[in-house]
Amino acid sequence: MSTAHLSPEMLLIDVILRLITGAKHVAIGANSPIPAHAAFLAQRLGGGRPHVSLQQSPKHNLFTDGGVELFDAAGQGRIDVFFLSGAQIDGAGDINLVSIGDYAHPKARFPGSFGSAYLYFVVPRVILFRLEHSRRTLVEKVDFISAPGTSPQGVYRKGGPIALVTPLCHFAFDRERARFRLESVHPGHSVEEVLDQTGFAFDRPETVPVTPEPAPAVLALLRETIAPELASIYPKFAARVFDIPMASSASRSSA
Amino acid sequence: MTETVRSLEAAIALIEDGMQVVVAPDHSGVAMEATRLLIRRGVKNLRLITLPASGLQADMLIGAGSLAEIETAAVSLGELGTGPRFAAAALAGDGPVIRDATCPVLHAAVQAGEKDVPFAMLRGVIGSDLLKVRPDWKVIENPFALPGESDPILAVPAIKPDVALFHAPFADAVGNVWVGRRREFFTMAHASAHTVVTVESLHDGNLLENELLAGATIPNFYIDAVAIAQKGAWPLRFANHYAEDSVHLAEYMRLAGSELGFRRYLERYVFERRAA
Repeated sequence: MSTAHLSPEMLLIDVILRLITGAKHVAIGANSPIPAHAAFLAQRLGGGRPHVSLQQSPKHNLFTDGGVELFDAAGQGRIDVFFLSGAQIDGAGDINLVSIGDYAHPKARFPGSFGSAYLYFVVPRVILFRLEHSRRTLVEKVDFISAPGTSPQGVYRKGGPIALVTPLCHFAFDRERARFRLESVHPGHSVEEVLDQTGFAFDRPETVPVTPEPAPAVLALLRETIAPELASIYPKFAARVFDIPMASSASRSSA
Repeated sequence: MTETVRSLEAAIALIEDGMQVVVAPDHSGVAMEATRLLIRRGVKNLRLITLPASGLQADMLIGAGSLAEIETAAVSLGELGTGPRFAAAALAGDGPVIRDATCPVLHAAVQAGEKDVPFAMLRGVIGSDLLKVRPDWKVIENPFALPGESDPILAVPAIKPDVALFHAPFADAVGNVWVGRRREFFTMAHASAHTVVTVESLHDGNLLENELLAGATIPNFYIDAVAIAQKGAWPLRFANHYAEDSVHLAEYMRLAGSELGFRRYLERYVFERRAA
Protein backbone atom coordinates (compact mmCIF):
# COMPACT_ATOMS: atom_id res chain seq x y z
CA MET A 1 0.00 0.00 0.00
CA SER A 2 1.63 3.24 -1.08
CA THR A 3 1.56 6.28 1.18
CA ALA A 4 -0.44 8.12 -1.45
CA HIS A 5 -3.48 5.91 -0.76
CA LEU A 6 -3.08 6.11 2.98
CA SER A 7 -5.40 8.74 4.34
CA PRO A 8 -4.42 10.62 7.52
CA GLU A 9 -7.33 8.94 9.32
CA MET A 10 -6.00 5.47 8.52
CA LEU A 11 -2.52 6.39 9.72
CA LEU A 12 -3.96 7.81 12.95
CA ILE A 13 -5.95 4.62 13.46
CA ASP A 14 -2.71 2.66 13.16
CA VAL A 15 -0.75 4.92 15.53
CA ILE A 16 -3.53 4.64 18.10
CA LEU A 17 -3.61 0.87 17.58
CA ARG A 18 0.02 0.67 18.71
CA LEU A 19 -0.70 2.83 21.76
CA ILE A 20 -3.48 0.53 22.95
CA THR A 21 -1.22 -2.51 23.25
CA GLY A 22 -1.78 -4.50 26.41
CA ALA A 23 -5.00 -2.80 27.40
CA LYS A 24 -7.73 -4.91 28.97
CA HIS A 25 -10.65 -2.52 28.47
CA VAL A 26 -10.90 0.35 26.05
CA ALA A 27 -13.90 2.69 26.14
CA ILE A 28 -15.00 4.87 23.26
CA GLY A 29 -16.76 8.16 23.94
CA ALA A 30 -18.82 10.54 21.84
CA ASN A 31 -17.93 11.44 18.26
CA SER A 32 -14.82 9.25 18.16
CA PRO A 33 -14.70 7.17 14.95
CA ILE A 34 -10.91 7.07 14.72
CA PRO A 35 -10.39 5.61 18.21
CA ALA A 36 -13.32 3.26 17.66
CA HIS A 37 -11.73 1.81 14.53
CA ALA A 38 -8.36 1.44 16.29
CA ALA A 39 -9.92 -0.25 19.33
CA PHE A 40 -11.90 -2.81 17.30
CA LEU A 41 -8.84 -3.49 15.16
CA ALA A 42 -6.88 -4.18 18.36
CA GLN A 43 -9.65 -6.46 19.57
CA ARG A 44 -9.75 -8.37 16.29
CA LEU A 45 -5.97 -8.75 16.22
CA GLY A 46 -5.95 -9.67 19.91
CA GLY A 47 -8.36 -12.57 19.54
CA GLY A 48 -11.16 -10.85 21.40
CA ARG A 49 -9.23 -8.59 23.78
CA PRO A 50 -9.26 -5.81 24.80
CA HIS A 51 -12.92 -5.41 25.79
CA VAL A 52 -14.18 -2.45 23.79
CA SER A 53 -17.16 -0.49 25.07
CA LEU A 54 -19.01 1.63 22.57
CA GLN A 55 -22.24 2.85 24.12
CA GLN A 56 -23.82 3.95 20.85
CA SER A 57 -23.62 0.42 19.49
CA PRO A 58 -26.25 -2.13 20.56
CA LYS A 59 -23.75 -4.91 19.88
CA HIS A 60 -20.78 -3.32 21.62
CA ASN A 61 -22.42 -1.66 24.58
CA LEU A 62 -20.96 -3.69 27.42
CA PHE A 63 -22.74 -1.68 30.08
CA THR A 64 -26.08 -2.79 31.47
CA ASP A 65 -26.52 -0.14 34.12
CA GLY A 66 -27.09 2.97 32.06
CA GLY A 67 -24.93 5.99 31.28
CA VAL A 68 -23.40 6.26 34.74
CA GLU A 69 -21.63 2.91 34.50
CA LEU A 70 -18.77 4.01 32.25
CA PHE A 71 -17.81 6.68 34.79
CA ASP A 72 -18.10 4.42 37.81
CA ALA A 73 -16.08 1.69 36.07
CA ALA A 74 -13.43 4.25 35.09
CA GLY A 75 -13.32 5.59 38.64
CA GLN A 76 -12.63 2.06 39.85
CA GLY A 77 -9.72 1.74 37.44
CA ARG A 78 -11.48 -0.77 35.18
CA ILE A 79 -11.04 1.31 32.00
CA ASP A 80 -7.42 1.35 30.77
CA VAL A 81 -7.77 3.57 27.73
CA PHE A 82 -10.04 6.45 26.77
CA PHE A 83 -9.83 9.09 24.07
CA LEU A 84 -10.38 12.80 24.16
CA SER A 85 -10.12 15.68 21.78
CA GLY A 86 -10.91 19.36 22.02
CA ALA A 87 -11.45 22.43 19.94
CA GLN A 88 -8.15 23.54 21.51
CA ILE A 89 -5.34 21.59 23.16
CA ASP A 90 -2.43 23.37 24.81
CA GLY A 91 1.19 22.51 25.60
CA ALA A 92 0.36 21.50 29.17
CA GLY A 93 -2.19 18.97 27.93
CA ASP A 94 -5.23 21.06 28.88
CA ILE A 95 -8.23 20.55 26.61
CA ASN A 96 -11.06 22.93 25.68
CA LEU A 97 -14.46 21.59 24.60
CA VAL A 98 -16.47 24.64 25.54
CA SER A 99 -15.72 28.00 23.94
CA ILE A 100 -13.26 30.44 22.39
CA GLY A 101 -13.02 33.94 23.79
CA ASP A 102 -14.65 35.22 26.95
CA TYR A 103 -16.87 32.47 28.39
CA ALA A 104 -19.76 34.87 29.03
CA HIS A 105 -19.55 36.32 25.49
CA PRO A 106 -17.85 33.66 23.40
CA LYS A 107 -16.67 33.99 19.81
CA ALA A 108 -17.28 30.29 19.24
CA ARG A 109 -19.25 27.75 21.24
CA PHE A 110 -18.66 23.95 21.16
CA PRO A 111 -20.91 21.19 22.49
CA GLY A 112 -19.46 21.04 26.00
CA SER A 113 -17.06 19.08 28.14
CA PHE A 114 -18.93 15.73 28.01
CA GLY A 115 -17.23 13.50 30.63
CA SER A 116 -13.74 14.87 30.13
CA ALA A 117 -13.49 16.77 33.40
CA TYR A 118 -13.69 13.44 35.21
CA LEU A 119 -12.31 10.79 32.86
CA TYR A 120 -9.07 12.75 32.30
CA PHE A 121 -8.34 12.22 36.01
CA VAL A 122 -9.09 8.52 36.38
CA VAL A 123 -8.21 6.72 33.12
CA PRO A 124 -4.50 5.77 33.11
CA ARG A 125 -4.04 6.10 29.34
CA VAL A 126 -5.93 8.95 27.75
CA ILE A 127 -5.01 9.36 24.09
CA LEU A 128 -5.68 12.79 22.61
CA PHE A 129 -6.41 13.02 18.90
CA ARG A 130 -6.99 16.04 16.69
CA LEU A 131 -7.68 15.94 12.94
CA GLU A 132 -6.68 19.56 12.42
CA HIS A 133 -3.07 20.30 13.42
CA SER A 134 -2.61 24.07 13.33
CA ARG A 135 -1.81 27.04 15.55
CA ARG A 136 -5.59 27.49 15.78
CA THR A 137 -6.08 24.12 17.46
CA LEU A 138 -2.77 23.42 19.20
CA VAL A 139 -2.38 26.57 21.25
CA GLU A 140 -0.09 27.93 23.92
CA LYS A 141 -2.98 28.17 26.41
CA VAL A 142 -6.60 27.11 25.95
CA ASP A 143 -9.35 29.70 26.34
CA PHE A 144 -11.32 27.40 28.64
CA ILE A 145 -9.99 24.40 30.54
CA SER A 146 -12.57 21.63 30.29
CA ALA A 147 -9.97 19.29 31.79
CA PRO A 148 -6.38 20.09 32.91
CA GLY A 149 -3.47 18.02 31.60
CA THR A 150 -1.93 17.53 35.04
CA SER A 151 -2.82 18.23 38.63
CA PRO A 152 -0.79 19.52 41.59
CA GLN A 153 0.39 17.19 44.33
CA GLY A 154 -2.38 16.56 46.79
CA VAL A 155 -5.14 16.42 44.17
CA TYR A 156 -6.39 12.87 43.62
CA ARG A 157 -5.45 11.81 40.11
CA LYS A 158 -4.81 8.32 38.76
CA GLY A 159 -4.68 9.05 35.07
CA GLY A 160 -4.23 11.56 32.30
CA PRO A 161 -2.91 12.08 28.78
CA ILE A 162 -0.17 9.87 27.39
CA ALA A 163 -0.12 11.03 23.79
CA LEU A 164 -1.49 13.43 21.19
CA VAL A 165 -1.95 12.11 17.66
CA THR A 166 -2.55 14.37 14.63
CA PRO A 167 -2.27 14.04 10.83
CA LEU A 168 1.25 15.48 11.07
CA CYS A 169 2.81 13.66 13.99
CA HIS A 170 2.68 11.76 17.24
CA PHE A 171 3.51 13.52 20.52
CA ALA A 172 4.06 11.68 23.79
CA PHE A 173 3.00 13.49 26.97
CA ASP A 174 5.52 13.76 29.80
CA ARG A 175 3.52 13.92 33.02
CA GLU A 176 6.52 15.00 35.13
CA ARG A 177 7.35 17.90 32.86
CA ALA A 178 3.69 18.63 31.96
CA ARG A 179 4.85 18.95 28.37
CA PHE A 180 4.61 17.14 25.06
CA ARG A 181 7.59 15.47 23.37
CA LEU A 182 7.66 14.83 19.64
CA GLU A 183 7.83 11.04 19.19
CA SER A 184 7.60 10.77 15.41
CA VAL A 185 6.64 12.72 12.32
CA HIS A 186 4.36 11.05 9.77
CA PRO A 187 5.61 10.12 6.29
CA GLY A 188 5.50 13.09 3.94
CA HIS A 189 5.77 15.64 6.77
CA SER A 190 8.71 17.31 8.50
CA VAL A 191 9.81 18.55 11.91
CA GLU A 192 9.84 22.07 10.46
CA GLU A 193 6.21 21.69 9.47
CA VAL A 194 5.31 20.52 12.96
CA LEU A 195 7.17 23.47 14.51
CA ASP A 196 5.46 25.84 12.11
CA GLN A 197 1.96 24.48 12.74
CA THR A 198 2.12 24.04 16.52
CA GLY A 199 1.28 26.93 18.81
CA PHE A 200 2.84 25.37 21.91
CA ALA A 201 6.44 24.64 22.85
CA PHE A 202 7.40 20.98 23.06
CA ASP A 203 10.47 18.81 23.63
CA ARG A 204 12.07 16.76 20.87
CA PRO A 205 15.06 14.48 20.39
CA GLU A 206 17.91 15.47 18.08
CA THR A 207 16.66 13.13 15.40
CA VAL A 208 12.93 12.61 15.18
CA PRO A 209 11.95 9.23 13.68
CA VAL A 210 9.37 8.80 10.92
CA THR A 211 6.09 7.20 12.03
CA PRO A 212 6.05 3.60 10.80
CA GLU A 213 3.47 2.87 8.12
CA PRO A 214 0.67 0.43 8.90
CA ALA A 215 1.25 -3.19 7.98
CA PRO A 216 -0.67 -4.15 4.79
CA ALA A 217 -2.50 -6.90 6.68
CA VAL A 218 -3.69 -4.38 9.27
CA LEU A 219 -4.90 -1.99 6.59
CA ALA A 220 -6.72 -4.78 4.81
CA LEU A 221 -8.47 -5.83 8.04
CA LEU A 222 -9.41 -2.21 8.67
CA ARG A 223 -10.86 -1.60 5.20
CA GLU A 224 -12.52 -4.96 4.65
CA THR A 225 -13.82 -5.89 8.09
CA ILE A 226 -13.72 -3.16 10.73
CA ALA A 227 -14.85 -0.19 8.64
CA PRO A 228 -17.96 -1.91 7.20
CA GLU A 229 -18.93 -3.10 10.69
CA LEU A 230 -18.73 0.41 12.14
CA ALA A 231 -20.29 2.18 9.16
CA SER A 232 -23.80 2.27 10.63
CA ILE A 233 -22.50 4.09 13.72
CA TYR A 234 -20.30 6.56 11.82
CA PRO A 235 -21.94 6.85 8.38
CA LYS A 236 -20.32 10.14 7.41
CA PHE A 237 -16.86 8.91 8.44
CA ALA A 238 -17.33 5.64 6.60
CA ALA A 239 -18.36 7.48 3.44
CA ARG A 240 -15.54 10.00 3.61
CA VAL A 241 -12.66 7.73 4.58
CA PHE A 242 -13.59 4.29 3.28
CA ASP A 243 -15.99 5.13 0.43
CA ILE A 244 -18.77 3.15 2.08
CA PRO A 245 -21.98 4.68 0.70
CA MET A 246 -24.30 6.21 3.31
CA ALA A 247 -27.43 4.42 2.07
CA SER A 248 -25.82 1.09 2.68
CA SER A 249 -24.62 2.25 6.11
CA ALA A 250 -28.20 2.83 7.19
CA SER A 251 -29.32 -0.60 6.13
CA ARG A 252 -26.42 -2.34 7.88
CA SER A 253 -27.41 -3.42 11.33
CA SER A 254 -24.40 -5.53 12.28
CA ALA A 255 -22.98 -2.92 14.63
CA MET B 1 -56.56 0.66 32.45
CA THR B 2 -55.95 3.15 35.26
CA GLU B 3 -55.56 6.87 34.97
CA THR B 4 -51.77 6.55 34.66
CA VAL B 5 -52.13 5.64 31.01
CA ARG B 6 -53.62 8.60 29.21
CA SER B 7 -53.50 10.66 26.06
CA LEU B 8 -50.30 12.44 25.10
CA GLU B 9 -51.94 15.82 25.64
CA ALA B 10 -53.09 14.87 29.14
CA ALA B 11 -49.65 13.42 30.00
CA ILE B 12 -47.80 16.52 28.84
CA ALA B 13 -50.20 18.77 30.76
CA LEU B 14 -48.28 17.71 33.88
CA ILE B 15 -45.22 19.61 32.63
CA GLU B 16 -45.88 23.20 33.61
CA ASP B 17 -44.11 26.47 32.83
CA GLY B 18 -41.10 27.08 35.03
CA MET B 19 -40.58 23.44 35.98
CA GLN B 20 -37.18 21.81 36.29
CA VAL B 21 -37.27 18.97 33.77
CA VAL B 22 -34.72 16.17 33.45
CA VAL B 23 -34.38 14.45 30.07
CA ALA B 24 -32.52 11.59 28.44
CA PRO B 25 -29.50 11.56 26.10
CA ASP B 26 -30.03 11.26 22.37
CA HIS B 27 -30.07 7.54 21.57
CA SER B 28 -31.45 6.17 24.81
CA GLY B 29 -35.10 7.15 24.62
CA VAL B 30 -35.89 10.80 24.01
CA ALA B 31 -39.53 11.84 24.11
CA MET B 32 -39.44 13.83 20.87
CA GLU B 33 -43.17 13.62 20.06
CA ALA B 34 -43.83 14.93 23.57
CA THR B 35 -41.28 17.69 22.98
CA ARG B 36 -42.99 18.80 19.78
CA LEU B 37 -46.27 18.91 21.68
CA LEU B 38 -44.70 20.98 24.45
CA ILE B 39 -43.41 23.48 21.90
CA ARG B 40 -46.82 23.57 20.17
CA ARG B 41 -48.41 24.30 23.53
CA GLY B 42 -45.96 27.18 24.02
CA VAL B 43 -44.33 25.95 27.24
CA LYS B 44 -42.08 28.58 28.79
CA ASN B 45 -39.25 29.03 31.30
CA LEU B 46 -38.40 25.38 31.71
CA ARG B 47 -35.15 24.65 33.53
CA LEU B 48 -33.74 21.75 31.57
CA ILE B 49 -31.30 19.20 32.96
CA THR B 50 -29.86 16.89 30.32
CA LEU B 51 -28.79 13.61 31.87
CA PRO B 52 -26.07 13.95 30.92
CA ALA B 53 -26.06 15.44 27.42
CA SER B 54 -28.57 16.14 24.68
CA GLY B 55 -28.83 16.99 21.02
CA LEU B 56 -31.97 17.67 19.02
CA GLN B 57 -34.32 17.85 21.99
CA ALA B 58 -32.39 20.53 23.87
CA ASP B 59 -31.56 22.41 20.68
CA MET B 60 -35.21 22.60 19.61
CA LEU B 61 -36.37 23.73 23.06
CA ILE B 62 -33.69 26.44 23.09
CA GLY B 63 -34.63 27.63 19.61
CA ALA B 64 -38.33 27.64 20.46
CA GLY B 65 -37.69 29.89 23.46
CA SER B 66 -39.00 27.29 25.92
CA LEU B 67 -36.08 27.35 28.33
CA ALA B 68 -35.04 29.73 31.10
CA GLU B 69 -31.91 27.68 31.66
CA ILE B 70 -30.15 24.50 30.62
CA GLU B 71 -27.71 22.47 32.69
CA THR B 72 -25.77 20.14 30.43
CA ALA B 73 -22.52 18.30 29.80
CA ALA B 74 -22.95 18.92 26.04
CA VAL B 75 -25.48 19.75 23.33
CA SER B 76 -24.34 17.83 20.28
CA LEU B 77 -25.96 16.18 17.27
CA GLY B 78 -23.06 13.74 16.98
CA GLU B 79 -21.42 13.70 13.57
CA LEU B 80 -23.56 16.68 12.58
CA GLY B 81 -21.93 18.89 15.18
CA THR B 82 -22.84 21.30 17.96
CA GLY B 83 -26.55 22.07 18.40
CA PRO B 84 -26.99 25.14 16.17
CA ARG B 85 -29.60 26.93 18.29
CA PHE B 86 -27.52 26.19 21.40
CA ALA B 87 -24.42 27.69 19.82
CA ALA B 88 -26.35 30.70 18.49
CA ALA B 89 -27.83 31.36 21.95
CA ALA B 90 -24.39 31.17 23.56
CA LEU B 91 -22.94 33.65 21.08
CA ALA B 92 -25.85 36.06 21.18
CA GLY B 93 -26.08 35.84 24.95
CA ASP B 94 -29.86 36.18 24.73
CA GLY B 95 -30.98 32.59 25.20
CA PRO B 96 -31.35 30.49 28.31
CA VAL B 97 -28.69 30.57 31.01
CA ILE B 98 -26.21 27.83 30.14
CA ARG B 99 -24.87 25.93 33.15
CA ASP B 100 -21.97 23.89 31.80
CA ALA B 101 -21.34 20.60 33.55
CA THR B 102 -19.64 17.24 32.98
CA CYS B 103 -21.50 13.94 32.61
CA PRO B 104 -20.64 12.08 35.81
CA VAL B 105 -21.29 15.14 37.98
CA LEU B 106 -24.84 15.31 36.63
CA HIS B 107 -25.35 11.60 37.26
CA ALA B 108 -24.01 11.95 40.81
CA ALA B 109 -26.15 15.02 41.51
CA VAL B 110 -29.36 13.27 40.43
CA GLN B 111 -28.32 10.21 42.44
CA ALA B 112 -28.00 12.49 45.47
CA GLY B 113 -31.49 13.77 44.64
CA GLU B 114 -32.62 10.15 44.56
CA LYS B 115 -31.38 9.74 48.15
CA ASP B 116 -32.65 13.18 49.14
CA VAL B 117 -29.28 14.16 50.57
CA PRO B 118 -27.97 17.71 50.09
CA PHE B 119 -24.96 17.06 47.90
CA ALA B 120 -23.01 14.58 45.82
CA MET B 121 -19.27 14.20 45.68
CA LEU B 122 -16.98 13.08 42.89
CA ARG B 123 -13.30 12.78 42.02
CA GLY B 124 -11.80 14.77 39.20
CA VAL B 125 -12.89 18.24 38.06
CA ILE B 126 -10.50 20.14 40.37
CA GLY B 127 -8.47 22.39 38.06
CA SER B 128 -11.19 22.54 35.39
CA ASP B 129 -12.58 25.96 34.48
CA LEU B 130 -16.02 24.45 35.11
CA LEU B 131 -15.31 25.37 38.74
CA LYS B 132 -14.87 28.99 37.70
CA VAL B 133 -18.24 29.16 35.97
CA ARG B 134 -20.15 27.03 38.47
CA PRO B 135 -19.96 28.90 41.80
CA ASP B 136 -22.53 26.44 43.13
CA TRP B 137 -19.94 23.67 42.88
CA LYS B 138 -17.53 23.52 45.81
CA VAL B 139 -14.26 21.85 46.68
CA ILE B 140 -14.39 20.45 50.18
CA GLU B 141 -12.00 18.52 52.38
CA ASN B 142 -12.65 14.80 52.64
CA PRO B 143 -13.74 14.55 56.30
CA PHE B 144 -12.31 11.03 56.45
CA ALA B 145 -8.82 11.83 55.13
CA LEU B 146 -5.95 10.53 57.19
CA PRO B 147 -4.90 12.87 60.01
CA GLY B 148 -2.55 15.54 58.77
CA GLU B 149 -3.38 14.77 55.12
CA SER B 150 -5.35 17.00 52.78
CA ASP B 151 -7.73 15.32 50.35
CA PRO B 152 -9.81 17.88 48.43
CA ILE B 153 -12.88 16.56 46.63
CA LEU B 154 -15.65 18.10 44.53
CA ALA B 155 -19.08 18.58 46.14
CA VAL B 156 -22.13 19.57 44.07
CA PRO B 157 -25.73 20.29 45.08
CA ALA B 158 -28.23 17.47 44.67
CA ILE B 159 -30.64 17.74 41.73
CA LYS B 160 -34.30 16.95 42.46
CA PRO B 161 -36.24 17.75 39.30
CA ASP B 162 -39.93 18.61 39.19
CA VAL B 163 -40.44 16.20 36.33
CA ALA B 164 -38.59 13.50 34.41
CA LEU B 165 -39.53 13.07 30.74
CA PHE B 166 -38.35 10.18 28.56
CA HIS B 167 -39.41 7.61 25.98
CA ALA B 168 -39.41 3.90 26.80
CA PRO B 169 -40.16 0.74 24.79
CA PHE B 170 -43.31 -0.31 26.66
CA ALA B 171 -45.40 0.01 29.78
CA ASP B 172 -48.31 -2.04 31.08
CA ALA B 173 -51.90 -0.99 31.56
CA VAL B 174 -51.33 -0.10 35.20
CA GLY B 175 -48.41 2.19 34.42
CA ASN B 176 -45.31 0.10 35.23
CA VAL B 177 -42.64 1.15 32.71
CA TRP B 178 -40.01 -1.18 31.20
CA VAL B 179 -36.75 0.68 30.51
CA GLY B 180 -34.18 -2.05 29.93
CA ARG B 181 -30.60 -1.01 30.64
CA ARG B 182 -31.40 2.65 31.08
CA ARG B 183 -30.45 2.95 34.73
CA GLU B 184 -30.59 6.73 34.43
CA PHE B 185 -34.35 6.47 33.83
CA PHE B 186 -34.68 4.76 37.21
CA THR B 187 -32.57 7.47 38.81
CA MET B 188 -34.55 10.22 37.07
CA ALA B 189 -37.88 8.73 38.20
CA HIS B 190 -36.68 8.21 41.76
CA ALA B 191 -35.27 11.73 42.06
CA SER B 192 -38.10 13.63 40.37
CA ALA B 193 -41.38 14.72 41.90
CA HIS B 194 -43.22 13.61 38.74
CA THR B 195 -42.43 11.29 35.84
CA VAL B 196 -43.99 11.46 32.40
CA VAL B 197 -43.18 8.70 29.92
CA THR B 198 -44.11 8.02 26.33
CA VAL B 199 -43.95 4.43 25.09
CA GLU B 200 -44.08 2.58 21.79
CA SER B 201 -46.69 0.13 23.03
CA LEU B 202 -48.51 -1.41 25.97
CA HIS B 203 -47.43 -4.76 27.31
CA ASP B 204 -50.16 -7.30 27.90
CA GLY B 205 -50.01 -8.32 31.55
CA ASN B 206 -48.35 -6.91 34.65
CA LEU B 207 -44.63 -6.27 34.18
CA LEU B 208 -43.87 -6.71 37.87
CA GLU B 209 -45.27 -10.24 37.79
CA ASN B 210 -42.70 -11.29 35.19
CA GLU B 211 -39.33 -11.93 36.85
CA LEU B 212 -37.45 -11.58 33.58
CA LEU B 213 -38.89 -8.12 32.97
CA ALA B 214 -39.39 -6.79 36.49
CA GLY B 215 -35.74 -5.93 37.13
CA ALA B 216 -35.77 -3.46 34.26
CA THR B 217 -39.18 -2.00 35.15
CA ILE B 218 -39.93 1.25 37.00
CA PRO B 219 -42.92 0.53 39.27
CA ASN B 220 -46.02 2.60 38.67
CA PHE B 221 -45.91 4.47 41.97
CA TYR B 222 -43.10 6.62 40.53
CA ILE B 223 -45.00 7.23 37.28
CA ASP B 224 -47.53 10.02 36.91
CA ALA B 225 -48.45 9.50 33.30
CA VAL B 226 -47.77 7.11 30.44
CA ALA B 227 -48.86 7.91 26.89
CA ILE B 228 -48.52 5.76 23.82
CA ALA B 229 -46.52 7.49 21.09
CA GLN B 230 -45.42 5.19 18.31
CA LYS B 231 -42.10 6.31 16.85
CA GLY B 232 -42.15 8.70 19.78
CA ALA B 233 -38.40 9.27 19.61
CA TRP B 234 -38.46 10.22 15.88
CA PRO B 235 -36.28 11.51 14.26
CA LEU B 236 -33.76 10.22 16.79
CA ARG B 237 -32.57 6.67 16.97
CA PHE B 238 -34.33 4.61 19.61
CA ALA B 239 -31.94 1.93 20.85
CA ASN B 240 -32.51 -1.28 18.90
CA HIS B 241 -36.00 -0.28 17.81
CA TYR B 242 -35.40 2.12 14.97
CA ALA B 243 -32.49 3.94 13.39
CA GLU B 244 -32.18 7.70 13.33
CA ASP B 245 -33.75 9.54 10.40
CA SER B 246 -30.47 10.91 9.03
CA VAL B 247 -32.12 12.69 6.11
CA HIS B 248 -34.39 14.58 8.51
CA LEU B 249 -31.55 15.42 10.89
CA ALA B 250 -29.48 16.79 8.03
CA GLU B 251 -32.48 18.95 7.09
CA TYR B 252 -32.73 20.14 10.70
CA MET B 253 -29.06 21.12 10.78
CA ARG B 254 -29.43 22.98 7.50
CA LEU B 255 -32.54 24.92 8.58
CA ALA B 256 -31.65 25.44 12.25
CA GLY B 257 -28.40 27.17 11.31
CA SER B 258 -30.36 30.39 11.17
CA GLU B 259 -33.24 31.74 13.25
CA LEU B 260 -35.40 32.10 10.15
CA GLY B 261 -34.62 28.58 9.03
CA PHE B 262 -35.43 27.25 12.47
CA ARG B 263 -38.83 28.99 12.38
CA ARG B 264 -39.44 27.28 9.07
CA TYR B 265 -38.52 23.94 10.61
CA LEU B 266 -40.99 24.51 13.46
CA GLU B 267 -43.75 25.50 11.04
CA ARG B 268 -43.19 22.44 8.95
CA TYR B 269 -42.65 19.79 11.61
CA VAL B 270 -44.15 21.09 14.84
CA PHE B 271 -47.05 23.40 14.01
CA GLU B 272 -48.36 22.14 10.70
CA ARG B 273 -47.83 18.41 11.11
CA ARG B 274 -47.48 16.13 14.09
CA ALA B 275 -44.80 13.80 12.76
CA ALA B 276 -43.26 12.66 9.49
